[in-house]
Amino acid sequence: MQFLHDHILSVILFTPLVGMGILLFIPGENKNAVRWWGNIVLFIDFLLSLPLVFWFSAPGESGKQEALFRFVERHDWIPSIGAQYHLGIDGISFLLIMLTSVLGFISVLSSWSSIQERVKEYYAMFMLLQVGMMGVFMSLDFFLFYVFWEVMLVPMYFIIGVWGGPRKLYAAIKFFLYTLTGSVLMLLGILVLYFQYHTETGQYTFALTELMAHAHSWHWLSASTPYWVFWAFMVGFAIKVPMFPFHTWLPDAHVEAPTAGSVILAGVLLKMGTYGFIRFSLPLLPQVSSDPRVVKIMVWLSIIGIVYGALVSLMQRDMKKLIAYSSVSHLGFCTLGIFALNPHGLEGSVIQQINHGISTGALFLIVGLIYERRHTREIKEFGGISNVMPVYATLFMIVMLSSVGLPLLNGFIGEFTILQGAFEANWHWAAWAVSGIVLGAAYLLWLYQRTMFGPVDNPKNQELKDLNLREIMTLVPLIIWAFWIGLYPKPYFDVLREPVKAIVQSVHPDFYPTSAKAATPAVAPLQVKAEADQPKKAAETSKPLARSKNAPPSVKHRAGAAR
Amino acid sequence: MWNNFFNPLDYAAMKPEILLTIFALAILLADPILFRDKRDKFWNAIFAALGLGFALLQLVLFRRGFPGGLPAQTFDGRFTLDLFAIVLKLIIVLATFLVVMISLHYLEIEEANFGEYYALLLLSAVGMMFMVSSTDLIVLFLGLELMALCEYVLVGFLRGERRSNEAALKFFLLGAFSSGLLLYGMSLLYGISGSTKLSAISQALAGRPVTDPLSWVAMVTLLAGLFFKIAAVPFHQWTPDAYEGAPTSITAFISVAPKVASFAILLRLLFTGMGPMHLQWQTLMIGVAIATMTLGNLAAITSSNIKRFFGYSTIAHVGYLLLGVIAAADGNSYGLTAVVIYLLVYSFMNLGAFSVIVMMRRKDLLGDEIDDLSGLMSRAPGMAVLMLIFLLSLAGIPPTAGFIGKYYIFLSLIQTGHYYLAILGVGYAVVALYYYFRIVVAMFMKKAPETGPLVIGPGLSVALGVTLGFTLIIGVYPEPFIQLAQDAIRPFFS
Repeated sequence: MQFLHDHILSVILFTPLVGMGILLFIPGENKNAVRWWGNIVLFIDFLLSLPLVFWFSAPGESGKQEALFRFVERHDWIPSIGAQYHLGIDGISFLLIMLTSVLGFISVLSSWSSIQERVKEYYAMFMLLQVGMMGVFMSLDFFLFYVFWEVMLVPMYFIIGVWGGPRKLYAAIKFFLYTLTGSVLMLLGILVLYFQYHTETGQYTFALTELMAHAHSWHWLSASTPYWVFWAFMVGFAIKVPMFPFHTWLPDAHVEAPTAGSVILAGVLLKMGTYGFIRFSLPLLPQVSSDPRVVKIMVWLSIIGIVYGALVSLMQRDMKKLIAYSSVSHLGFCTLGIFALNPHGLEGSVIQQINHGISTGALFLIVGLIYERRHTREIKEFGGISNVMPVYATLFMIVMLSSVGLPLLNGFIGEFTILQGAFEANWHWAAWAVSGIVLGAAYLLWLYQRTMFGPVDNPKNQELKDLNLREIMTLVPLIIWAFWIGLYPKPYFDVLREPVKAIVQSVHPDFYPTSAKAATPAVAPLQVKAEADQPKKAAETSKPLARSKNAPPSVKHRAGAAR
Repeated sequence: MWNNFFNPLDYAAMKPEILLTIFALAILLADPILFRDKRDKFWNAIFAALGLGFALLQLVLFRRGFPGGLPAQTFDGRFTLDLFAIVLKLIIVLATFLVVMISLHYLEIEEANFGEYYALLLLSAVGMMFMVSSTDLIVLFLGLELMALCEYVLVGFLRGERRSNEAALKFFLLGAFSSGLLLYGMSLLYGISGSTKLSAISQALAGRPVTDPLSWVAMVTLLAGLFFKIAAVPFHQWTPDAYEGAPTSITAFISVAPKVASFAILLRLLFTGMGPMHLQWQTLMIGVAIATMTLGNLAAITSSNIKRFFGYSTIAHVGYLLLGVIAAADGNSYGLTAVVIYLLVYSFMNLGAFSVIVMMRRKDLLGDEIDDLSGLMSRAPGMAVLMLIFLLSLAGIPPTAGFIGKYYIFLSLIQTGHYYLAILGVGYAVVALYYYFRIVVAMFMKKAPETGPLVIGPGLSVALGVTLGFTLIIGVYPEPFIQLAQDAIRPFFS
């Protein structure tokens, strides 16, 4: 047990890889054996990630530097360049890892009958993908992070390119090239930071903890360099999110990918971009990230994404494309929350990322289920499906409402908290973003109305079979999760509090004026700086605190009114 | 006097070269006498492999320690055995060994299984090894010509085929021309310094003004000759033609081993010989590197013949190697480490890819079009996956060796502040992925044509195993190889 506790991350990380190794020895003709094995491996991986939930619930001692990251494993990997095998998670990555392990299993489960060709390769690719995704969320070493970030592209390329729709080749290579362009630029940004750190400390390292500890004492030769680094990171992450001008790969990839591919793509891969902002951009370049000019650009790109994504969704005739564009809109909320740069915005952003994984993942499953029966996703082909498939219609409704952001379901919690954070930062932002929620309700409810209600006009829809047990089982866990977050989100906020606080303290050192002493910053130099700023801070003490205390009720009121 | 003339240490340092020459001559003798029968021809390959094995062993022993101590300046400082030479010779010998392995079955199909083939391969390797060790213009040129002459013959080895003959003639004419240019530059250097030794040339150049026209002309002609050998733009035209026409196993060979040797003399000439002029040649090199990467990457997008395709991809890789040289000109040890690692990595991944291409040649099929690889996944899944790994490595995707190579290039560029080159380099890495994935698309997503079965002989399995091993091990655990490269470049900084 102790061994498992100490190496839990490595175990979770490499279980799918081992499973893939064994899969190679299962004959490909025996499709059911391959399917069983694929499901078993990813289910085991899910089970292995469960202990994290219990071990994580005990809060770490605040004030210690390592307390920010738990289950740390650290070994030398390439000493010549200072790269390490360095894993560890905090509350943010913990939630994303749980999302990955759940969606990984569910997406594999959902492919049981929809994938009939080249089954063995399909499951092998999913296992490899799982390794890459887990690795991205666990790495605390920038080099290692980059390796996993790239590794994951290859299986995704194949999932889209081999098992995808009619324009799969185009979509697959577009996805690969877009992401690669961003990530190689990010690599250059990483290298600039790496050498800067070496110039200042005489040490070569990619370790996030060391770089974060140094984040407030960069001495750049030219003032523009950190901005270039920030934009290099930004392009890498923004393409992945995808933020507004970089989103064009997403509709193609989502529409062409097989159902399970879309689920993973929307559920997990997009989160890597937002995770990158939270994990790397903000803590490593706090001064640039909190520069009002930069924040302005990022926020308005997010808001354009929210509104544009929603408007384009309204116009779609293809169900999958509609949901794909809704992702642009929902992820806009996530980036908006991040660049509100306050606890509410960041917490809301992470929760909304989980929510989006649940709701949009489930929506893609829903579309996949009807596509498997009808082999079309055109909205006008459907109508009155609730008469033929009542169970399907019920589940669809719950999932749809959770994506809309109905209170009691998960979407509400995330969007509300983000709006709260945005309002605290600048009420104009919140005002614009709210329009995204209204439009979101419009396109999703309209979609539901057109497909589910009314008479069954199309004779092809008369004979549709309702969901079987396996299909229901793919949706039920997600729906339960959606209700859990919607009804009792406190555990999530508890888990997020410490890491978010560390990030906010890093970008706004005087954000927590009174508690600066009690809750020591996560990293040492911060503390020094915090103490140095003490007199200046005393003057500003009352303002932000008063605002953050007063804001919630008023925001609640307005958000409620807008709805 | 006599002692100076015959110093045992001098010959000890040349042991691997001597061994290979003996084996080459033995093959030439044994082939018409002992192995006259067609079924006995495989003994030639075994002989060649044995010779290469001995040479490899000897090099490993050198790496452990050399009687006179390393670096050994033998023949009055004209033939140098330092760690740089040892490491690059190891790469050359291993590459030649792998080429012997992939030739076996291929030559039988082409019905060109003659002993000369292996003898020429070995002699060519000897030439390269002399190049790597040379610190004197004459030794350098002798090595270069030995290598090049053997290659001309090997490219035209399929006597009955027009493409092969045409390629050999083109290669020969342009190669001879470039040797002439190189010689012209060398004669000017000799005129400047009065010596053919690189160390003396370096001293003489250091004493001349920056704007000295004579040293400029010497530098430009010398570099032009070298750019021919490494196939840098604008002296690259021979590459696609020679690659396409040559027997596939020889295409594999000339895309790897001569590149290693040519880069060795490039580094020796530029850093040891023309070190004082590094700012001048660096400027020239930046332009050439950009042009090389641009042309290589863009031309590869549209080639449908896979050997031509790899010709252009080689040009692109040469562009990356030149980027490392550019960074090294600023006195950056990362730049040279990057070049050595890249050469190592490139040799294995490229030979790996060629091993798969060689396999595609069958009795009834040339197998050198990208479309011939269609549906490889359904016919030979193992081969398709291997090819995928090699292609990913060539494109520089982790965790393969190619990523480590490219990573080091970018590392050195960022450290020396060549940001624009770094951005250009990563941009072309994306383009490269696009064209390498044309092959992936063919292999994994297209239907297989009806053709004869694929045969994977024992030699090919060895080659594939070795190349795959290196490609993955360097990718996942590069530390020992980085150490090796760092040791190798130390002579340049002492």
